Amino acid sequence: MQAYLTLVRRELAGHFLSLRGYVIMAGVQFLLGASLCITLEALNQKPFDMPITEKMPNTGFFWLILLLVAPVITMRTFAHERAIGTFETLLTTPISDWAVVLAKFTGALAFFLLTWLPALAYPFILTRYVSGMGAVDLGPLASLIIGITMLGSFMMAVGCFASALTKSQIIAAMTSFAICTGVFLLGFISVIRPPWIGSRSELFSHLSMLEHMGDFASGVVDTRHVVFYASLTALFLFFTQKTISLRRWR
Amino acid sequence: MADPKTPIIEVIGLSKEYGGRPAIRDLSFTVEAGEIVGLLGPNGAGKSTTMRILAGYLAATDGIARVAGFDVLDDSYEVRRRVGYMPETVPLPDEMRVREYLKFRARLKGLSRTATRERTDTVITRFGLQEVHGKMIGHLSKGFRQRVGLADALVHEPALLILDEPTIGLDPHQIVAVREIIKTLARDHTVVISSHILPEIEVTCSRLMIFHRGRIVAADTRDNLQQRVGSQSRVTIDLAAPEEDLRAVWEEMAEVQHFHVSPVQQGYRRSVLAVRDGQRFREQVATLARNRGWALRELAESRPTLEDIFVQLTNPDEDAEDRL
Repeated sequence: MQAYLTLVRRELAGHFLSLRGYVIMAGVQFLLGASLCITLEALNQKPFDMPITEKMPNTGFFWLILLLVAPVITMRTFAHERAIGTFETLLTTPISDWAVVLAKFTGALAFFLLTWLPALAYPFILTRYVSGMGAVDLGPLASLIIGITMLGSFMMAVGCFASALTKSQIIAAMTSFAICTGVFLLGFISVIRPPWIGSRSELFSHLSMLEHMGDFASGVVDTRHVVFYASLTALFLFFTQKTISLRRWR
Repeated sequence: MADPKTPIIEVIGLSKEYGGRPAIRDLSFTVEAGEIVGLLGPNGAGKSTTMRILAGYLAATDGIARVAGFDVLDDSYEVRRRVGYMPETVPLPDEMRVREYLKFRARLKGLSRTATRERTDTVITRFGLQEVHGKMIGHLSKGFRQRVGLADALVHEPALLILDEPTIGLDPHQIVAVREIIKTLARDHTVVISSHILPEIEVTCSRLMIFHRGRIVAADTRDNLQQRVGSQSRVTIDLAAPEEDLRAVWEEMAEVQHFHVSPVQQGYRRSVLAVRDGQRFREQVATLARNRGWALRELAESRPTLEDIFVQLTNPDEDAEDRL
């Protein structure tokens, strides 16, 4: 446990010790701001038909953050340590492979959530300055946070796995981007409804991240979605741990 | 600690393959507590692989390896707690500061907060890192990086230190400094170091294991190894005598295994001989020169160096034949 916490702290600190961490934070702030602007533009001169927490996830920039930032945060986790060789000294300390994997995952997820932190102020700022806004509804806000955390966990787990596969950070980032975007795009099949789909449409709508996020944003914490992301996260962390352990036998 | 009679390292029939290509084959050896053992061999002979298995980084394909009585696979954490390992490249995170890194490593290795503070201070003093303890590791010279690596390996007071090529890439001053450090470590630790440079091992180690193509071709103290190869010695003699006479004399003597005579200046001829018992032979030559009235200018015997042993045991010509 001590080693795990030490490593989480180190992982998190690592993001703040390099310029990279600040570039990521700046990038996320830019995209969040752009997302807010678009939302406001769309609602300009119109009555608010839905709360801001529900509108935001419908903008492209919101998804750009999720799909683009996750690989950039996680690409470093294992690939960098393997490239410079510190992975060897790390794995010869009395720490289990699972603790290493979980610590890297926790560190990445914590940093990911930190980059979202300023967005928490948006609903409150709007309530203060926009006329005709009701008080912030904390329920949907909380469920949206849960939704972002769930999707974030899944993407961080995929990112850790991709990073464990290679020494190259670029390859790691591209692999996790491909997997995450692939899953994201699968959801659109139920929208496009190609002729062969028939009754399978429902299957694809279950995979739709857009629909999941829509539920979370409107204040519905559907256990199906929670189980979906939790199990995918666990699966990819399991893959990561196996990848690490296999290295001993290569 | 386990029973003091338990050898600190016990390796039985250890093999490791990388995708079917053997890196080490059927190694067996033991190291007693308190020894400084040198693993010597050309690059790719299996030294690093052996060390990585002992440090718990790689798993062997076959065989058993125990550290202080604990199996490196079954009791991996117990083993890792007792081993301080420094890889050949001394990998360090460039963006961390020296003290910060050592503290981080101590915590990872399970030391309490108090122990971490104490041990970090101790190793910083011990390795002369006081002047750089607040610097970023990326800004350190190679010599200091090496010391940080050693400090890290030692921070949790391991019973066994495994140092892979600890002096590679250092300048001569730094090499001497690192050697001194290793010698002082030997007082209360068992040390295993590897090198492909002979003098390195020669000055620091009490016992040698010579690796070649994944096997140990010789393992003994330095003196014993010399004796094994070297009941034979090389004698150089400068005598003012006709060449035919010299040849006749050397051919007659039973101790001489082979010889080579060549003229040097002023009527002297140099004979270089491979002799079985050098000590007695020199006396014989002195008597011979006196009896025959030959002027004797030089009479020198050289014992085989470790270099000779090494070359003899790891003959590269043999390799070429093996491969064909």
